[in-house]
Amino acid sequence: MKRRSLFKALALSAALIIAGLGSPGVTAQEKKVKVGVLHSLSGTMAISETVLKDVALMAFEEINAKGGVMGYKIEAVVVDPASNWPLFAEKARQLITQDKVAVVFGCWTSVSRKSVLPVFEELNGLLFYPVQYEGEELSKNVFYTGAAPNQQAIPAVEYLMSKDGGGAKRFVLLGTDYVYPRTTNKILRAFLKSKGVQDKDIDEKYTPFGHADYQTIVSDVKKFSAGGKTAVISTINGDSNVPFYKELGNQGLKATDVPVVAFSVGEEELRGVDTKPLVGHLAAWNYFMSVKNPTNDEFTKKWAAYAKAKNLPGHKDKPLTNDPMEATYIGVYMWKQAVEKAKSFDTDKVVVAMGGQTFKAPDGFLVKMDEKNHHLHKPVLIGEVKADGQFNVVWKTAGPIKAQPWSPFIAGNDKKKDEPETAPKTVAAKKS
Amino acid sequence: MLRWIVIALVLFACCDAHALDPAMVAKLASGDGDEKVAAVAALLASGEERAAVLLKALADGEVQVAGSRVIIVKGETATDAISGAAIAALPEGREDVVVNNRLRRELEAAMAALKLVSPDRAVRAAAVKELSGGAAPAMLPLIRQALAKETDPDIKSALEMISAAMDLQGADRGARLEAVKRLAGSRDPNTKMLLLPLADKSEADEEVRRAAQESLKIVEARYARSQFVGLLFSGVSLGSILLLAALGLAITYGLMGVINMAHGELIMIGAYSTYVVQNLFRANFPGAFDWYLAFAVPASFVVAAAVGMALERTVIRWLYGRPLETLLATWGISLMLIQGVRSIFGAQNVQVENPAFMSGGAEILAGVVLPWSRIVIVGFAAAVVAGMALLLSRTRLGLFVRGVTQNRAMAACVGVPTSRVDTWAFGLGSGLAGLAGCALSQIGNVGPDLGQSYIVDSFLVVVLGGVGQLAGTIYAALGLGFANKLLESWAGAVLAKIAVLVFIIVFIQKRPQGLFALRGRALES
Repeated sequence: MKRRSLFKALALSAALIIAGLGSPGVTAQEKKVKVGVLHSLSGTMAISETVLKDVALMAFEEINAKGGVMGYKIEAVVVDPASNWPLFAEKARQLITQDKVAVVFGCWTSVSRKSVLPVFEELNGLLFYPVQYEGEELSKNVFYTGAAPNQQAIPAVEYLMSKDGGGAKRFVLLGTDYVYPRTTNKILRAFLKSKGVQDKDIDEKYTPFGHADYQTIVSDVKKFSAGGKTAVISTINGDSNVPFYKELGNQGLKATDVPVVAFSVGEEELRGVDTKPLVGHLAAWNYFMSVKNPTNDEFTKKWAAYAKAKNLPGHKDKPLTNDPMEATYIGVYMWKQAVEKAKSFDTDKVVVAMGGQTFKAPDGFLVKMDEKNHHLHKPVLIGEVKADGQFNVVWKTAGPIKAQPWSPFIAGNDKKKDEPETAPKTVAAKKS
Repeated sequence: MLRWIVIALVLFACCDAHALDPAMVAKLASGDGDEKVAAVAALLASGEERAAVLLKALADGEVQVAGSRVIIVKGETATDAISGAAIAALPEGREDVVVNNRLRRELEAAMAALKLVSPDRAVRAAAVKELSGGAAPAMLPLIRQALAKETDPDIKSALEMISAAMDLQGADRGARLEAVKRLAGSRDPNTKMLLLPLADKSEADEEVRRAAQESLKIVEARYARSQFVGLLFSGVSLGSILLLAALGLAITYGLMGVINMAHGELIMIGAYSTYVVQNLFRANFPGAFDWYLAFAVPASFVVAAAVGMALERTVIRWLYGRPLETLLATWGISLMLIQGVRSIFGAQNVQVENPAFMSGGAEILAGVVLPWSRIVIVGFAAAVVAGMALLLSRTRLGLFVRGVTQNRAMAACVGVPTSRVDTWAFGLGSGLAGLAGCALSQIGNVGPDLGQSYIVDSFLVVVLGGVGQLAGTIYAALGLGFANKLLESWAGAVLAKIAVLVFIIVFIQKRPQGLFALRGRALES
């Protein structure tokens, strides 16, 4: 009986503490601003998203050390949506309504972004989304600091078809079964067709989230590749990549025969893999850790020091940076710049101030937020896996290119405007 | 190896060794894709000693550019790529020469062509395999000479295939026809790619086209057969993994009737034990790293068994006969175990490296490579099942477990310490889960959520096989493995999973007792 009442007391006090947290985001006398971080720290996406939380915290710490945003210290509110898509929406609502955060940095998978989007639009919140994605979306409340298809997928396929990329004639489109791979593959199929590739030379395959047995898929790829020079375009997400690449290595499918280009595999995802058999497989991103320039040297050094100081598992011994981390970092700083330009944390004012913001990014370029379409102008880099798990840049664009969130390879997109609709949705529907 | 490449070069080349053509080296180092490929061919044709050294260094990623000077860097020592002179101090501002897939392919083919005359059979066999993907026309003389000297029948036939493949592109009609017919006997998976364009309408010569179509049919039939063998193996492999994951549950749930929702977490603990043992080996005995599994297997068994026994003593014991409470309690424990591991090791997956003997695969038929890791796991699963069967049928503990399962009251009357037997049996089931974790760590991800993805499959296997039946578990695991793989190759991974679940639901409706039903008193209780 005694024990039970103790539990009750504990539960009650916990409830009180939680209730006490619901104070407004900006407190004038303490000069603090609350900022939300919405990344899966557990579940199948934890492999990719955990570091994004850490790099955001690192950026906050840097900003606070230099006096904060307009004199306000950033106070991070970190929540764990646990790779559970409906939970993302729940946590987003909690961040905006209870914690009253000024901005949220978060999401990796498109399904999680689609899940939180109505919440941000309804409550007029502000989301910075740091990962390459399939496009087909523009919201006033979201800034996309990752790549649109024309900044990643299309250039990668063009490279594979070029002489240097191996001159691929047949393509396996392999992905996890959700909106990002499906839409990307729809765009790629249309693109390949426009280049004269026939349907019989395209094989589309999907696996569930967390799929771990790639034996059949890899032997199917082998079978398909007997019909002509083949390349695999992988949109596999999360920790399924580890068994996939292990199987590739073990079954002896070499990059010189069938190159695999991945859109969601970076330095972090390859951490758990023996990369020696994978040398030469490709990834397309807008940043690689191995990029050589002073900004990146500083970024990687800062990250290494931060990982060591915070004792981050894995990173303290082997610090790695990757593209979505860079995009998160850019996002945090651009938000700070926009707030300072707008002289307000108000969503509408910050959104206006974001257009045209520039930042000297670790990829070595001065990246710019487009004045209208909420996407960054970014350079495209294609890298080959090296034996040490890093990437060798084998191809890159001369400079940053503008994002096309509405891919011209999807029918009807030519009529869509390259900026978010500010008018109510019903009016927009009547127009089209 | 390098020595033989050099000798090969001297054999086939006409000129004496002297410094390389600096223009070619410069092109190799900083030209565009086409120039680099041309430079490789030119350097190969030059037949100079330094060329082989440079090409090998380039393939190994040891070539760097410092200013306009091309150097080969090995550790802390550097040599000039053109003259071969040693360089005292490493120059500043060096940049790696980027080797992309296209260049790597050219380099590998070039190196392979040079290795064709190695006295070591294994080296020659590897070289021939490398070239079977397609050799450049420039290599034809090298291949012809190697063919003339080759004595080993396997390598000779492979070389004949390569030279036949090269004849296909030639102008001599007789040679082409001969080559097309000969390629029908080739076991190399690349043959199809060579024959396809000839069987197409674009081929002008009627007779060659018909011959190519016939050869293609033979090659494709052979390929389909070997594909089927590969499919069967992947079914066995998936089945063995399901079996390992479910075997522990077959004891705790099947025999003891405990609905243990923390079973998956016991698997996860086994995998993390393997990870810890691996790290200990890496830190303390890096030389004996390949042997870490010999210790990881017992360690994962003991750790998981200890956790399981502690669970039984502290929680599950008090809940016997109350399945709903057991279910909730063990589910809570599973969450605690997940969070505990997450706090200790982090939410990220940890890296468990395969020992060297478990990476790569065995090519049993043309195009069918069975990964060693999976072969080892199939063997391991068989050994565990055999061990379990012996334990249950031949030992005193096994006798007690069976006795308590069949009639607890009677067993207690004749002096069996039933509660201690429960603890041991639960420990055994947990230990088996630990072994499964050890095996899974070799092929999949090791993370705090590892167990979650296997708990459902484990229950499916045990329920399908028939509760209380070990033989049923084996049949059910292998059956599900085959069904999953056959459906997957036919309908894709997503549909296969759904179809298997639907099948199990229908099956359980028709036959709630599973594949094999226990007969006798146990069923009534």
